[in-house]
Amino acid sequence: MNIKDVFTPFTVWSKVVKDPVTIKDPLSREAAPRYRGFHKNDIDVCIGCGTCEAICENQAIDLVPVEGIETKDGDSGLRPRIDYGRCCWCALCVDICTTNSLNLTNEYTWVDTDPDAFIFTPGVDKKSWDDKEDGWKKPVPNYHFYGQSRIPMGELHAEERVDSFIEFVKGFSKQQAEEEADRCVACGICTATCPAHMGIPDYIAAIRNEDMEEGMRILYETNPLPEICGRICTHKCEDVCSVGVNGDPLSIRWLKRYIADQIPADVDKYNDILYTKDIKNNNRKVAIVGSGPSDLSAAYYLALLGYKITIYEKLPQAGGMMRYGIPEYRLPYDQIDKDIDYILSLGVDIKYNVTVGKDITLDQLHEENDAVFAGTGLHLGRSTRIPGSDNEKVYQSVELLRNIVTGAEVPVERKIVVIGGGNVAMDITRSMARLQKAKYGEVNIITTSLESEDIMPADREEVVEAREEGCTIIPGYGPQEVVIEDGVVKGLRVWKCLSIFDENHNFSPKFDQSDERVFEGDMVIESIGQGMDLSYLSEDIKKGLEFGPRGRVQTNDKFQTSLPWLFMGGDIIQGPDVIHGIANGHIAAMAIDDFLNQGR
Amino acid sequence: MSKFFEFKPDRSKYPAMGADGKLDIDLSSQKYTKLWLGPNHPGVTGNMAVELTLAGDEIVEAKTHVGYLHRGFEKLIERRLYVQGFPTSIRMCVAEPDTNEYLIARSTEVLSGYDKDVPEMAQWLRMLSLEMARLQGLLRGVPGQAGTFSLGIGVQWGVYLRDLILDRFEELTGARVYHMYIIPGGVRGLLPDGFKKRMEDNLRDIDDFIVRIRQLMFNNAIFNKRAKGIGVIPKEWVEQYGIVGTNARASGVKRDIRKDYPYLHYDQLDFDPPTATDGDIYARSWVRWQELIQTVDLIRQIMAKMPEKGDIRAQMPNVLHWKIPKGETYTRLESGRGEYGMYYVTDGSDKPRRVNLRGPSYTHAIALLEKMLVNTNIADVHATMVSLQTCPPEIER
Ligand code: SF4
Ligand code: SF4
Ligand code: SF4
Repeated sequence: MNIKDVFTPFTVWSKVVKDPVTIKDPLSREAAPRYRGFHKNDIDVCIGCGTCEAICENQAIDLVPVEGIETKDGDSGLRPRIDYGRCCWCALCVDICTTNSLNLTNEYTWVDTDPDAFIFTPGVDKKSWDDKEDGWKKPVPNYHFYGQSRIPMGELHAEERVDSFIEFVKGFSKQQAEEEADRCVACGICTATCPAHMGIPDYIAAIRNEDMEEGMRILYETNPLPEICGRICTHKCEDVCSVGVNGDPLSIRWLKRYIADQIPADVDKYNDILYTKDIKNNNRKVAIVGSGPSDLSAAYYLALLGYKITIYEKLPQAGGMMRYGIPEYRLPYDQIDKDIDYILSLGVDIKYNVTVGKDITLDQLHEENDAVFAGTGLHLGRSTRIPGSDNEKVYQSVELLRNIVTGAEVPVERKIVVIGGGNVAMDITRSMARLQKAKYGEVNIITTSLESEDIMPADREEVVEAREEGCTIIPGYGPQEVVIEDGVVKGLRVWKCLSIFDENHNFSPKFDQSDERVFEGDMVIESIGQGMDLSYLSEDIKKGLEFGPRGRVQTNDKFQTSLPWLFMGGDIIQGPDVIHGIANGHIAAMAIDDFLNQGR
Repeated sequence: MSKFFEFKPDRSKYPAMGADGKLDIDLSSQKYTKLWLGPNHPGVTGNMAVELTLAGDEIVEAKTHVGYLHRGFEKLIERRLYVQGFPTSIRMCVAEPDTNEYLIARSTEVLSGYDKDVPEMAQWLRMLSLEMARLQGLLRGVPGQAGTFSLGIGVQWGVYLRDLILDRFEELTGARVYHMYIIPGGVRGLLPDGFKKRMEDNLRDIDDFIVRIRQLMFNNAIFNKRAKGIGVIPKEWVEQYGIVGTNARASGVKRDIRKDYPYLHYDQLDFDPPTATDGDIYARSWVRWQELIQTVDLIRQIMAKMPEKGDIRAQMPNVLHWKIPKGETYTRLESGRGEYGMYYVTDGSDKPRRVNLRGPSYTHAIALLEKMLVNTNIADVHATMVSLQTCPPEIER
């Protein structure tokens, strides 16, 4: 025992004269800028994707409808509501939020006498901390809970591409597909926007689970043309993909193609996977006019229900615009056949080279069948009707694209001018470029559209790829005249287009005449939209139908016309694109079934 | 005076041990009293119950009872995605929550093969947060031992200084106690601007505290008399019971996972775990006090050696679908209480098949404590439990 040890502890008394170290007012003390306090949500930025709900390990988040926020493309209309009886303030929801709308502010305390107040919808239920800047945010730019960048798609080089009509998108490898599929947060925002409401997160999950057969079954629930759509769909889903808000959207289209590509072109195999071997015939018949996407879709879903389907196709092969409008380098014929062969294997009959209205009347079809579906598409070219457009060297893109497929003669000149800014204009541009390359060894084609670059209706990638292939795209000019000298087409005279629509949104382009150019060309191709040919509707039938604007037949939301036995869909009703056609066909098939089951 | 302190109780009235190894305690003889210490929660020692059989105020038998806290955290983690585990895991040990985060993160990384991808910066930040956790634990634990002998002032100083470290935690991790900072793949934030300076200021205060607490504890007649010779762990027991950490080191067995099985970048730090030989409460306090000095030094070393910038998290699969192939691993680290480990089993799905936390208190506070308490006084029970760094929540995961 050391006597010093008795006295040393008394040195603590020296602290008595020190100022107190505790802060007496903890309420006004500011928390650290990174503190995980209470939730706030920028509801104008939030898209209601529910990813925060998915990550919350305490199930503290529910997505709920909010007054004043409408469901629309890319926004579920729901917003996260948080239960502070469950939350542990881990901020995983903040870290994963696809839009970065959700944050925590650095608030320490919240006192309320109403227990229900602690279940609240941040941003909707106003809180005192809503305007605070500090608090937990997604840590640093390169900290991510899911991949932000797309797995690049392998493509042929532009020089190679333009040498042939070979498909230039190579498709994903297994590893690429799985890595891309991994990026999906399974929110379903895409499903809501997809016209066919495909089970996108589910089939993407099938890729992750390496279960292609399950993937096929999911695809076929809503879309019987996956090889086709997996290549040329307008992918409205990708425009809204929530991963795309802060990164690259999922390559949904290529993933769909990946699944379908994994199944060999063998109808038996298809029938096995999709359980369609023994469909019972229900002894009822439906005739379908045309074999485009809406027709094939209606045929497929009706065939599944046991209907006897007969398709009447004017052209020698099935597929409609998918075959006769879309160039082979985007959609190879064998892939079209793969999808169609399976549908035909379900006992669907198809009569080629039969024009309804000429070889057989619609009335006859009505007599022989219980119902008729017509999805005859837009196969008529439209003309600009500018001076000179009646020259024989002025062509319609629909016509040329069809001739390329049928093998009919296609005139290819050294210099070509195309009028149009949509996808079809790009298709004809790039097809003609390939033909020019084959014939003359060089590409010399100018495509001009009324729309300026930023509002061109064509997909961005189409424009970019066309340019890569050597085509010249000059948007923002309005055609005035096909320049003809001595009966020979010399080019196209255009004026700068200032605006396309007037105040009332009517088509009324304004031009700047001082900015006049002449695009040299030995032929001009018009690609400014297509029209429909409804000549198969007899006068009697027409009397029974109602017509809407632009000569479109009016149908109800089930694509039933005012003649109850006649259903119409596809580009002549909606769209125009393949996926709307598929969706129309599916809905119409269900409606036909309902209609024919009425009273049974 | 010295005669008084060397007073040895008369043990002759102790019950004899029967042939079956059980003590022959006849409560109706009125020689013995049963006393339950806990379960109530005035501090860590009350989270579990110690059933004491007393003769007078001396303990003739002690039985430990746990199960009052059981919250099934392991099971909760087994039902959650890999990334969701760490916010739940921290509750398994409140004293140093960060250790749990690290074990979960490291286990998932090892089993999924991403352990090599954790960025350099994140490794250093993980080490920093783990040492900060050790520091705040010691700031409570070292004076806490004096507190069990009613020397309360040290605890007050310690709590204040610990709060300063919690301030640093707050600015680094976004929270004061449950930091949720170490995430599979890395960490969740870089050092804020000016952090090192503020930390250094705090460390200087702690340097001063270290001197003061020495005067208060080791140069204190009361502490010396109460802590010396009580709660002795003989060196042989270390192997027999599997005693780890400062408890083993105070009995002369140098055991430290940071040295024996280096993880993170501990092999790049210069330190030597302190040891003592007596194995009593005093020795353990002394070792811990030394460790306090060392931890302050380690934090300085880490701040000096860590990179200035860098990524904080590896490129990992989407956390929502992350699947880990079939496998199992045991991950361990040196916590303030000794080897702290986790057995982690995956079965190829998106959730762990089994998560089993193995903390040192399992041995120290259940088996060892029962033996150590015999022949001591009621007043020494809390002191002994605190000297073992008992943490019941880590026993009952
Ligand atoms: S993750 Fe973000 S964007 Fe999605 S619902 Fe939650 S708060 Fe809104
Ligand atoms: S902070 Fe964590 S517990 Fe709270 S709502 Fe977000 S994810 Fe859920
Ligand atoms: S593809 Fe995009 S929008 Fe669709 S579920 Fe996945 S993340 Fe959501």
